Amino acid sequence: MSKYLLNKFLYTVDRDPSLVERYRSDPRELVTWWEASSANELLNCTDAEASTWLRFDDEERAALIEHDHVRLFEMGAHPFLTLTLFIAMFERDNTEPLEYQKAYGARMAHINLPYPDIAT
Amino acid sequence: MASIVAVIASTHHPFYYKASTATGEDRPPFADEWTRKILAFRETLTRANPDVLVMVGSDHFHQLWLDNMPQFLVGKAPFYDANWYNEEREFGLPRMLLKGQEDLSTHILRAGLDDGFDLAFSNELRIDHSITCPIITLRPEADLPIVPIYTNIFAPPLPQPSRFVKLGESIRRIVESWPSHLRVAVIGTGHLSLELGGPRQFGPHGPDPEFDQRAVEWIANGDLDNCLREVTLDSLHAPGNATHGFMDFMLMMGVAGAGAKADYVDTLDLFHTMEAYFTWYPTSGGVSL
Repeated sequence: MSKYLLNKFLYTVDRDPSLVERYRSDPRELVTWWEASSANELLNCTDAEASTWLRFDDEERAALIEHDHVRLFEMGAHPFLTLTLFIAMFERDNTEPLEYQKAYGARMAHINLPYPDIAT
Repeated sequence: MASIVAVIASTHHPFYYKASTATGEDRPPFADEWTRKILAFRETLTRANPDVLVMVGSDHFHQLWLDNMPQFLVGKAPFYDANWYNEEREFGLPRMLLKGQEDLSTHILRAGLDDGFDLAFSNELRIDHSITCPIITLRPEADLPIVPIYTNIFAPPLPQPSRFVKLGESIRRIVESWPSHLRVAVIGTGHLSLELGGPRQFGPHGPDPEFDQRAVEWIANGDLDNCLREVTLDSLHAPGNATHGFMDFMLMMGVAGAGAKADYVDTLDLFHTMEAYFTWYPTSGGVSL
């Protein structure tokens, strides 16, 4: 299991407006494309110097494809990264202020301290 | 030598800019009170008449990333572009450009390394809302040169709370040993109790009002003894999963000095978080209290 790779997905998608839209509209397409094309990009280096060993396990891939932010939290993905990206995708559907943010928290109401470890 | 004319510790609520500039139906009910408090807080910096701002904050996974994560980093550049796409998107923050004070950056890096802190540095740093929020609240003209100092409160393993305090104490000595006639304000931002991306987020108050009350007392009284006794890397999980940002307040308590009571204290109980604002005047510096 790679919390680092989950975080890398959330981080790199969040900072690219076109990827945010693709992840919202077709998560399976985006996650599949990202794992094949971007998971091994070493940021700040050329393509020829990409890493060779990074891939999701089945549970991680499924959580991302299903937009399952609760499962991502339980797997130890960094909560700030998940929240920021999911707000970018879904806050626009709010019918009142903070509607999505509150629902996001409410879906995690069953989770008690100590929270999953986010150390990478 | 340079003089430290103000030490300021603050929360950095990214929604202040949007709330304070909103009009009509978009203006939230708490915006007027919030703005009044910020204007009073701003005056505590203005009347210190600083020439240079040392700005302590924390990168929120913008430029600093898990493939190369520094614990403490000092910017040394002539300019700093500021704010990021996702901060424009979520908080409506404007793009900004701040001048750097490279001589002071050089001095802090050399003296910090010699004082036992293996500081990372950056010659091209785009800063984020942990530093631009206090610029917006305290010096919206954004006209003073800065030295940004980033701390890792975000990506474990983190330095111990005591290390933040010691760095603050070191920054105090280092700035006061800078061979310059300039007047320096040291401004740092962090959090009280805060939850992000967890079940306790976006409640009607901060996730742990009792912690917030104790924290405000520690800071206002410079009570590092009790603060360091109660606060550990483990204990900070309990008030909220993003509460490790409180360690930047502890760093600022180190700058202000053990036992130093703040000259100005204010708070604002908002949804999601308790806002808190503190100013110390370490030297008279021409400020009439």
